[in-house]
Amino acid sequence: MTSRRYSAGMLILEVCAVILALIFLVPFYFLLVNSVKSFAEILLDSAALPTKLVWENYSRAWEIMNFPRAFGNSIFITVISNIGLTVISSMCAYRFVRHPSRLNNLLFTLFVAAMVIPFQSIMIPLMRVGSWFNLLDSRLGLFVCYLGFGVPISIFLFHGFVKSIPVEIEESAVVDGCSPLGVFTRIVFPLLKPMTVTIVILNSLWIWNDFLLPSLLLGRIELRTIPLSTFSFFGQYTKQWDLALAALVMGITPIVIFFLSLQRHIIEGITAGSVKG
Amino acid sequence: MKSHSSSREWLLQALFVGPALLVFTIIVALPFALGLYYSLTDWNGVSEKVQWIGLGNFRTLASDEGFWDSFGFTARFTLVAVVLTNAVGFALALILTRYLKLRNVLRTIFFLPNVIGGLLLGFIWQFIFVKGFAAMGNWTGLSFFELPWLGDATTAFWAVVIVSVWTGAGYLMVIYIASLTNVPADLYEAASIDGASSLQRLFKITIPMIMPAITIGLFLALSWSFKTFDVILSLTRGGPYNSTQSVALNIYTEAFQNNQLGLGTAKAIVFFLVVALITMVQVWFTKRQEVEA
Repeated sequence: MTSRRYSAGMLILEVCAVILALIFLVPFYFLLVNSVKSFAEILLDSAALPTKLVWENYSRAWEIMNFPRAFGNSIFITVISNIGLTVISSMCAYRFVRHPSRLNNLLFTLFVAAMVIPFQSIMIPLMRVGSWFNLLDSRLGLFVCYLGFGVPISIFLFHGFVKSIPVEIEESAVVDGCSPLGVFTRIVFPLLKPMTVTIVILNSLWIWNDFLLPSLLLGRIELRTIPLSTFSFFGQYTKQWDLALAALVMGITPIVIFFLSLQRHIIEGITAGSVKG
Repeated sequence: MKSHSSSREWLLQALFVGPALLVFTIIVALPFALGLYYSLTDWNGVSEKVQWIGLGNFRTLASDEGFWDSFGFTARFTLVAVVLTNAVGFALALILTRYLKLRNVLRTIFFLPNVIGGLLLGFIWQFIFVKGFAAMGNWTGLSFFELPWLGDATTAFWAVVIVSVWTGAGYLMVIYIASLTNVPADLYEAASIDGASSLQRLFKITIPMIMPAITIGLFLALSWSFKTFDVILSLTRGGPYNSTQSVALNIYTEAFQNNQLGLGTAKAIVFFLVVALITMVQVWFTKRQEVEA
């Protein structure tokens, strides 16, 4: 008796949850439906389904934005920044844990403390520093900036993980004649894999979606990432919703696919990252 | 042997720590130190002459109403967004830890907005508020949809809140789910046997048991809301009449549109101090929770 009542209650709860989820998805409905309508039809009734599919919106937005170039730029900067960040922060965190000298402890505290600094509070002098070191208007410069801003949290997360690796494994490798660098690359780094996955996911979401830093640093159109080209597209085609919505759909598609294909890892990674961070 | 190994140690130190320390120094530490200096000057970014003006910028910003209005907006927005994002995230987590058939799909849906960048989300919602709501008003006849959403200070405030809650709730849901599944089931069984109602179980067992997650959720939402920038830039551009201008956006405008770089850095330092204070309270709070748990 109780179990039957329980399952009826569960059905109601399930239906409510589904309705709530559909309400959550309403913005995506509007986005997708109107991205294939003519401009006149969007103005007429934006909630209705399209009477005729206007794929032209996509082909025009694709060309005007030069979507392949923006996509390529976003991929390039995300990939190289991730590789760089993973290598330098895992090495640094490893050294901090295994050689906790006074200097290293001080440096670690410094990195952790810097996590407090919001980007907006150093962006203005960063432009000055950028011009001194030739970092402006170049992808290499953007890469160096992502390394600098990403290093504190990545070191912090790696640091916690290295501590959990027993040092005995390394000692036996040293006895077998392995060099310190070899110990790290062949033994420690592979063991860090779960944390590396977490850090790569967190950094990818951040770098892929970042707008402010690249908008300040990059001037040339050829270097624009997806958020930057979407922003300038909106500036040029204000209220031209037919093109703008098609551009937005293209802009969110890569990251949505990335999320849906790796969702279990992403959700686990985010939980691990935020609970420790 | 001793000196040989010590020079080798320094080489290893440089190899392992050097690259990270170098990029950190150039990109974070140096600009931070320079910011402290520039905030005391009349730097405008164009002329090479930078004049030391002491606390002049801080006196200017003390009487800059736009700046304090942006602080007021940010504080009100943060308060509302923190409470609502956590409430919605927690409610979703409570529902989605029950054995629903579709719970995995539902979790994915609620989390989805989070992976999309704030800038693009702001543009999507701009369309919803301007065109989508009008259409829904026609279909449903509800006056709620026919408000001038982005055109009026009060509704624009709520528009920013809606988008933030919609984006952040799924993230907090994930944190609450992780914490809820760790509450031992026998606690609930014992409480049921003792005749506790479901509301009593929620307030006497669930909430005390997941206190660490609540702390994390509150402070995550606090730090997102306080630093909010991208969504506002693309949704309202701070308007109408700067009514939705966040502190971050005010600093940005001061520096890169008014070219008052010295004043901008002074504002940025005040902003940093407030954020640092919030974060320190957070750390203190979290540490205290850990001792109790």
